[in-house]
Amino acid sequence: MTHTTWIGVVTPKPRSRFTSQRLKEFGIRWGALLALGIVWEIAARAAGSLYFPPISEIIQRFAQLWLSGPPSSLFLTESVFADIVPSLIRMLGGWTIAVVIGVLLGVAIGRSRIVGEFVEPIVHFARAIPPPALLPIFFILLGFGNEMRVSLIAFAVVWPVLLNTIDGVRSVETLHLDTGRVFEFDRRKVFFGIVLPSAAPKIFAGMKVSLSVALIVMVISEMVGQQEGIGSIILGAQRTYRMLDMWSGILLLGILGYVLNALLALVETRVTRWHRGSREGVS
Amino acid sequence: MASVTTPAARASPRRHARSSSGRRWTLLRGVIGLLALFTIAEVISRSGIVDEVFLPPTSVVLVRVAELLVDPAFLGAVLATLQAWAIGLAICIVVSVTLGVLLGSSPSAYSASRAVIEFLRPIPSVALIPLAILVLGNDAEMKIALIVFSTSWPVLFNTIYGMHDVDPIAKLTAKSFGRGRLATLWEVSLPSATPFIFTGIRIAASVALIVAISAELLAGASDGLGRWILDASATGNRPDLVYAATIITGLLGLAINGLLVVIERHFLSWQPALRSNGKGV
Repeated sequence: MTHTTWIGVVTPKPRSRFTSQRLKEFGIRWGALLALGIVWEIAARAAGSLYFPPISEIIQRFAQLWLSGPPSSLFLTESVFADIVPSLIRMLGGWTIAVVIGVLLGVAIGRSRIVGEFVEPIVHFARAIPPPALLPIFFILLGFGNEMRVSLIAFAVVWPVLLNTIDGVRSVETLHLDTGRVFEFDRRKVFFGIVLPSAAPKIFAGMKVSLSVALIVMVISEMVGQQEGIGSIILGAQRTYRMLDMWSGILLLGILGYVLNALLALVETRVTRWHRGSREGVS
Repeated sequence: MASVTTPAARASPRRHARSSSGRRWTLLRGVIGLLALFTIAEVISRSGIVDEVFLPPTSVVLVRVAELLVDPAFLGAVLATLQAWAIGLAICIVVSVTLGVLLGSSPSAYSASRAVIEFLRPIPSVALIPLAILVLGNDAEMKIALIVFSTSWPVLFNTIYGMHDVDPIAKLTAKSFGRGRLATLWEVSLPSATPFIFTGIRIAASVALIVAISAELLAGASDGLGRWILDASATGNRPDLVYAATIITGLLGLAINGLLVVIERHFLSWQPALRSNGKGV
């Protein structure tokens, strides 16, 4: 039940003026989803395929696997804490490392053209390597443990943040920087007061792309080595022909992707709320 | 257009125009940066800070890169990957653009499809690899199906968005000149949506390569670059080959990206302002 309230949080709150329009949008949105579910249910029951079970059975199995625990642990089962939570920690850990490194490096490269010219070819090359192709190298260097998974995630998702930060920092308006100079801002004040806020919308766009890539790399990294995590649940279920378990895992990843994206969008509108208004004033 | 090639030059129009000697400096600094990286890796490996078993010296790896580039077995694997990539991308473009144009032309279809896409898109395509193996085996069809599924979203989303974003006045103008619905679609809506569609295709092209290689690595596909790297690392125990093949994979990614930028610039030079919509990273 938890996830429904989570999704409930992210749907836009109806405001009095737009209520009917929003209600209609809300109806279409969830109606379309419901229709998709019904079509799946009917098609699956008609086809009777081993590989595509009806959606109702998948949802039942999903609840049984992860939402049938004792009330003391919020109805979450043991598997949630053994598999899903470590997966999420790895993913968010790698992503956080990537965001910190990406923003710091991006500001350095974006502020200094010379530094940029030295490292840009390396950045473009490293970014072009598909993350799964790096799996063997990270395995050779770090083994199959958590370090390998977290650093693979961090390496794979740092590029969108880095490139967007460079772009955002470079497009800071000269007028703002000059104003800072007139008021004799020191470096720190220029950075936190002007550069970072101006680049924030672009940085957030990069963080969003990174987060969805992080989910993918997390799954990839869990499909090798230790039997732990969401990726290995899905792979293990497939190997033993437990189709409902496999589909539950796929459903779980879809929900996770959706919720994470929605949460980040929520944070983004909070942090960059000033942005729209200030732009209107300038141009 | 020709002079504005490097990102650095594009980003600093307020600075004095870059002379050709300035561009030579940019190139030189880039080369120095790369050489510095190679040297550091070489030193780390040779001095034994990281064992050569884990990080072979750069010079050895670069020789392997040169050897692999003329190795017919390796090139065959690359070709198998590229083949799946091209077929998957082509199917994806045909299907998604058609579907996107249909869905994007009507407002309620737009709302409904957005909801469904928003829920289906976050499912990582790699999560479907086990399913694809069961249903399609480990041949090229499996790879292609996965590529089509995962690359459809960016193209579909951008097409729908582009169709939705067409200037209504332009459409009304076409209407008042007596153009029918189909003619308006062909002459106004589609050209206006093209930059968005291209952004989607560019994203799709790199996603397709990622998915192709993941499928080969994780599903043990019978052929392809990912499979080749897997063999080199697991059974062959040849880290130098793994590093060399990974470098070539990066070059492949760069080449694909560069090719698409060239195509985009060639066909869409008339509309540079609309080229990115914030999703193209």
